[in-house]
Amino acid sequence: MMGNLFSYFYQFADVFSFLVLSAAGLAIIFGMMGVINMAHGEFIMCGVYVTAATFHAGLPLPLAQACGTLVAALIGMVLEVVLIRPLYNRPLDSLLVTWGLSLVATQGTLVLVGSTFPGIGTPGGGFEVGGYGFSVYRMVLFAASLLVLAFVYLLFMRTRFGVHARAVMQNAGMAQALGVRRSQVYALSFGIGAGLAGLCGALYAPTMSLIPTMGASFIVEAFVTVVVGGSSVLLGTAPAAAALAIVRTGLNAWYGQIIGQIGLLIAVILIIRVLPDGFSGWLAKRES
Amino acid sequence: MPAEPVLEVKGLMSSYGATPILTGVDLSIGEGEIVALVGRNGVGKSTTMRCLIGLLRASGGTIHYRGQDVTRMSADERARLGIGYIPQGRDVFPRMTVEENLQVGELIGGGRQRSRMDLVFQYFPILKERRKQVAGTMSGGQQQQLAIGRVLVGGPALILLDEPSEGVQPSIVQLICRVLRSIRDDLNTTILFVEQNLDTILSLAERGYVMEKGRVVARLEPRDVSQEGVRRHLLL
Repeated sequence: MMGNLFSYFYQFADVFSFLVLSAAGLAIIFGMMGVINMAHGEFIMCGVYVTAATFHAGLPLPLAQACGTLVAALIGMVLEVVLIRPLYNRPLDSLLVTWGLSLVATQGTLVLVGSTFPGIGTPGGGFEVGGYGFSVYRMVLFAASLLVLAFVYLLFMRTRFGVHARAVMQNAGMAQALGVRRSQVYALSFGIGAGLAGLCGALYAPTMSLIPTMGASFIVEAFVTVVVGGSSVLLGTAPAAAALAIVRTGLNAWYGQIIGQIGLLIAVILIIRVLPDGFSGWLAKRES
Repeated sequence: MPAEPVLEVKGLMSSYGATPILTGVDLSIGEGEIVALVGRNGVGKSTTMRCLIGLLRASGGTIHYRGQDVTRMSADERARLGIGYIPQGRDVFPRMTVEENLQVGELIGGGRQRSRMDLVFQYFPILKERRKQVAGTMSGGQQQQLAIGRVLVGGPALILLDEPSEGVQPSIVQLICRVLRSIRDDLNTTILFVEQNLDTILSLAERGYVMEKGRVVARLEPRDVSQEGVRRHLLL
């Protein structure tokens, strides 16, 4: 009984953390700037590759993961200044540019690094509950997803940057007329979004095979979580990830992985039919 | 020698796309003055205000603030120099609390000076009572007080105020007029405001400018700021 209950929780935690970690960066960039970042998977891939490369160069895993996160954040900030900034208020053009960027990054990695890269063994070993075996590292990922949510909440609700960022999000022109440097807020937000994507890759690096197209394995879940969550990462991402994780965990347990994936997508269609602005849109409407 | 004007605008032009809206606005406002910009609907008063703060690009002419040419500066640079802008319709941040709205305004003037939040609460006690309330749930009059407080908190030297009485009940308009006069008297703040409401113009303005078809066509001297003088220009 205890083992079964913990098994359900473990599977829920596994799906929840995957959805939160893969979607947080995308949600920040979309919510703040209205940019649909088609290169999100490639920022995750960047985090994975930098983590693996620095780990193999001799850094301890946590430091290597910090490098993966920072490199993705820095690349994000530079790309925002060079490519995204000229396309403010042109969502279709920015979508096209980030899609092009994703193709260049994937093919560039394939050409420069090759079709595979040496992986990292999953650290932490395992533990047993009620006769079932579980991975310690998956629990670390769950804790990391909660920390990411706490970080995003504190950043946007308890810091001066957060106040300015939310002002830009609600009325960019008025925020500027009050002295907020919109371009600085956007560059930082894009950097934070890319950094969180890099963190996602860095955290999942020890659990996956490293190939240049690996970003694609995150992108569907990231996008459905953002669509269901709506434009606010604060109000939307956590409830969306929790709801989708419950659906997927249940279906996975009873009918297997494929039905779980199909069920997840059907749940997304039904939720956006009822809540077209996602959870955050619904919550914002209730509040007002 | 007369003191340098706080705001000097010469031949200001601007357009929405290919349609010219401002065709030559000239203004000069000295320190501590309260000046009205009046005219009928659609003559370009609000457009002038948007140009002065930098939310709309000037296609010609110059804007000098305290002797410095700010014509090509962005809105945030102008705000950080000390220009506060209160738009028509208030534009408070609706999903942020009163306190958070006020925090955004602390950047006006460069964010170097001490926050004047306590002063704002003295002028508008309702904002202190409701400091944790989400701004979008407040009435029009309360939002107008918040919009003025949000600018005042940064200590601006010049306030650009667009239609302060619009959608606000008369008793609150009177309070706002009293506070604006106090701000000028206590802090020597210069105020340029756009208004259609005759009572508000008369209770606040010391002199004014009249706009027609995108340009300033007349000055209202102190002796002209009367029922008859202003009405003549508004109803022309």
